[in-house]
Amino acid sequence: MEGHPATLTTAAPRAGIRLPGLGVGLGRGMVVLYLSLMVMLPLAAVVAESTSGGLGAFWSSVTGSQSMAALKLTVICSLIVVAINAVFGTIIAWVLVRDDFPGKGAVNALIDLPFALPTIVAGLTLLTLYGSESPIGLDIAFTRVAIVIALCFITLPFVTRAVQPLLIEMDREMEEAATSLGAGGFTVFRRIIFPNLLPGILAGILLAFARALGEYGSLILISGNIPFDTEVSSVFIRSQIESGNVAGASAVSVVLLAISLALLIGVSLFARMGARK
Amino acid sequence: MTAKWGLRGLAFGYLGLLLLAPVGMIFYKTFEHGIGPPLEAMTSPDALHAIWLTLLMVAVAVPLNTVFGVGCALLLVRHRWRGNAVIDGIINLPFAISPIVVGLSLFLLYGNDGWFGPTLAEWGIQVLFSTPGMILASVFVSLPFVVRETVPVLQEIGTEQEQAASTLGANAWQTFWRVTLPAIRWGVAYGVVLTTARVLGEFGAVTIVSGSISGETETLPLFVAKAFEQFNEEAAYAGAIVLALLALTTLLLMSIGGRKAKAQGGPIPITGDAAISTSTSNTKEGS
Repeated sequence: MEGHPATLTTAAPRAGIRLPGLGVGLGRGMVVLYLSLMVMLPLAAVVAESTSGGLGAFWSSVTGSQSMAALKLTVICSLIVVAINAVFGTIIAWVLVRDDFPGKGAVNALIDLPFALPTIVAGLTLLTLYGSESPIGLDIAFTRVAIVIALCFITLPFVTRAVQPLLIEMDREMEEAATSLGAGGFTVFRRIIFPNLLPGILAGILLAFARALGEYGSLILISGNIPFDTEVSSVFIRSQIESGNVAGASAVSVVLLAISLALLIGVSLFARMGARK
Repeated sequence: MTAKWGLRGLAFGYLGLLLLAPVGMIFYKTFEHGIGPPLEAMTSPDALHAIWLTLLMVAVAVPLNTVFGVGCALLLVRHRWRGNAVIDGIINLPFAISPIVVGLSLFLLYGNDGWFGPTLAEWGIQVLFSTPGMILASVFVSLPFVVRETVPVLQEIGTEQEQAASTLGANAWQTFWRVTLPAIRWGVAYGVVLTTARVLGEFGAVTIVSGSISGETETLPLFVAKAFEQFNEEAAYAGAIVLALLALTTLLLMSIGGRKAKAQGGPIPITGDAAISTSTSNTKEGS
């Protein structure tokens, strides 16, 4: 989940302790075995199943009209959501770092609520406020707007948490120099602040996008799961499993897996870019 | 000045409408008619079983991933190996994979027609639609947290103290327990909190592998979903409140753990509370 643009392996190892009581080789063997059993074998089963009927069957599963509609909806909603959260996430990070107000610690802790709150609870809470019994008369349940709002909730922390450390480390002198040379507030933001925050914003966007693409728990209660209308890919996969079309479910899963992998690689590239700065 | 208030307004407005108002609303809905109805809903046999099963998931998945996480972090940071980059990449995978795909993958391995399902069934081991499958799902989705939180702390503390300990005659186990573990404990603790939160709330993966049988394979999140779908709103809200309270406890622990990890010289944790409150400059926004 977390907003960690995570790369670490290139760090130079130091001559520290050996793994206690175990040979390094044995330890490595255990790690590889654990990862294989827990992660790689299950994923391999999905990839194998997706092509069990041949590549043609794979392709027609993915490009079937209902599956395409779901995929398109998922991608478009996720794009809208990361755009919204890129803007608001950066504003929130700014307010938390540069502004000062009572209760700031609490607001800062609150940002992580979507990480801590179970997704089904997130969906249910949104439904009580924006559903058919809405006390403010705003019923958006079972519409695409509901999908966007639920995904905004779920992915809220990513951009904020990726931008905050950059904002803290940022050199204030550059801004002051620009201001003293006559640059206005917007010019300072556009020419100095924004370029410095960009790696964080992009990393946050990619992580949020990956999360939004696969989201399930927060959507099932509020989106209505109507095929061709409000059915996202994860819900489509679930319905295919339930109707016995496991190969079709696997094919769409492989598409999601491929996008996730590409995004992860993107995140580690941005992290490296940010580190080099 | 206006810019400052404008930004504040946007930030607070967004957080209020998206986070605070809905969460406040569900608390209101639950306790609308006093504490009696939710309490009653939560003490039904199915609800109690769901709570028990959820805690069981935590009790098994969290220790497994903690031991793996610390060991794996030590290997990644302290021992150069060309396989490390691959291991590192695989560890990140669960962050990016849809829980539904995780559920499907386990279904394909352990189902009746799965790779391992038939063999295990011959040995009398039922994985799918029972506890082992749900544990596997929980382990999968929460696998990265301890590794991700421990690695930066390990990199930060260096090896001087460990070398001193071993020069003074401590063996590897003693060095690990007396020197390394105390030094990384807040990073590990932070990872454990995140792992626990993820396991407590996991829905998508567990929903596929569990079959969601009331009183048997139903965790608390599944209980909430089913109660809501059966128009038993009282039970759904009550279950959601229990989970929300657990989440708020998690936030509190994250906030404390983050501060301690920071004080220990670790990197800025994701909830960089301490980092933010201490580093805010004394210069006010002037523009």
